[in-house]
Amino acid sequence: MSFKVILPTAFVRHTDGQKQLVSTAANLPGLVSEIDTTFPALATQIKDENGKIRRFINIYVNDEDIRFLGGDTYAFQDGDEVMLIPSIAGGC
Amino acid sequence: MEYFSSVYELKCNECGKRFGNRPLSGCPDCFAPLEIAYDLEQVRGKFTRESVAAGPHNIWRYAALLPIPEGFQPDLPVGFTPLLRARNLGKRVGATNLYIKNDAVCFPTLSFKDRVVSVALANAQKFGFETVGCSSTGNLANSVAAQAARLGIKACILIPADLEPAKILNTLVYNARLVRIDGNYDHVNRLCTLVADEYSYGFVNVNLRPYYAEGSKTVGYEIAEQLGWKLPDNIVCPMAGGSLIRKIRKAFNELITLGLVEDKPVRFFGAQATGCSPISQSVKQGWDYIEPQKPNTIARSLAIGNPADGPAASKMIQGTGGWAEDVSDVEIVSGIQELAETEGIFTETAGGVTTAVTARLIQQGRIGKDEVTVAVITGNGLKTTDALAGRFTHLDSRAVRPRLSDFAAYLEELDGATNQKPELEPAGAY
Repeated sequence: MSFKVILPTAFVRHTDGQKQLVSTAANLPGLVSEIDTTFPALATQIKDENGKIRRFINIYVNDEDIRFLGGDTYAFQDGDEVMLIPSIAGGC
Repeated sequence: MEYFSSVYELKCNECGKRFGNRPLSGCPDCFAPLEIAYDLEQVRGKFTRESVAAGPHNIWRYAALLPIPEGFQPDLPVGFTPLLRARNLGKRVGATNLYIKNDAVCFPTLSFKDRVVSVALANAQKFGFETVGCSSTGNLANSVAAQAARLGIKACILIPADLEPAKILNTLVYNARLVRIDGNYDHVNRLCTLVADEYSYGFVNVNLRPYYAEGSKTVGYEIAEQLGWKLPDNIVCPMAGGSLIRKIRKAFNELITLGLVEDKPVRFFGAQATGCSPISQSVKQGWDYIEPQKPNTIARSLAIGNPADGPAASKMIQGTGGWAEDVSDVEIVSGIQELAETEGIFTETAGGVTTAVTARLIQQGRIGKDEVTVAVITGNGLKTTDALAGRFTHLDSRAVRPRLSDFAAYLEELDGATNQKPELEPAGAY
């Protein structure tokens, strides 16, 4: 089982320019630990002081906000496309 | 794509880092939304009641407190919309000092978005963008398209596919490139962040957002000036992204700091549709965060399920002793009709939300009946006539022969029908 992780430009300074990663993590906490090992600088950037993903970063799985899928408990599926995107307030 | 100003620059409110002036909306370190910070001492003594009075009758009278690049020559007379004493609506909802800030007649495209777009596009030009754009549920699309046309800049606008036809037409007429996205506003917004990453577009509510948001302050300056340089007791403001309500407060605070108004506590009340009420829920629960929602409401111009300014708006409302409420789609339509019937103002669904929430807050006693309360109406009803479909049977009524006797008989018939008509359900009564 593996899935793709897509990163915004703001993150790639910590990933040697890579905009996509391939992961085999079981869930979101697993993905964060994986990033801790592979790109520690990125992990520092995306985590808050409690080790959780910062509240201004949204995570989407196949276009759906991971919070609607169970958040940390969501089990990544083979072929999932996971996106990390800084939240934008918008304005209609 | 950068410029220097001695008066203002981008600042992260979370970590405090400063970034000069460039097209950037989020802090590269902690990802919090950036805002414009001013050195108010630089304008002290220059921005006075007299200097404002000598300015043009539009938002540019407040240019000294807007992030406008040096040398920019304002062109469009945006803003300075009426502040109306709403005696009739007040009587109906039980308030004696109720005012309507009527941005349903904002120039040029009939919504408060004209204010923010004019400030964003001034910066887009300075940054050298050849194409500007936005993610929008309509009002913003209309304004970007119109003002880009006037400035001779290309526009590319992304909208949710199911938008009201009037809002689509009102964008296409300016020859903007319009892309309908199969998804809701949050999907469109997310795509725009990706597009802004890849294309050299100036998205007014993405990479130009800090500048854009400052345009909202002009609503606050105008309210204070139109009340005779006094602050109201309460503001009732619709919330989508959660930006406008905070910027009105920022405007009031700047006026206090610069000595144009006396300091006094102003309570801020937020209005949302129940079908998309993440900020209202946050306030009601006393949270410092928001839980995202999937929007399902006719108030599409407020349908942001995951607003990044939501936590800050919730915190600010709670800090002022205010509150937030949300109303059903039925109440929204009643609110539209109530404002039209009592004050002759035809607002869109977002204005129905604000009117219905104002009524409810007064009924709950959260807003005192004699307090000076300003309800902020942000858009025009001509853009969302679909919301009223089926509301008026007269539209399908038979035509009357051009004879006096037929006319008289018809009036009698109508009076009979009107007498039997049930009373309009008062907005906010649920």
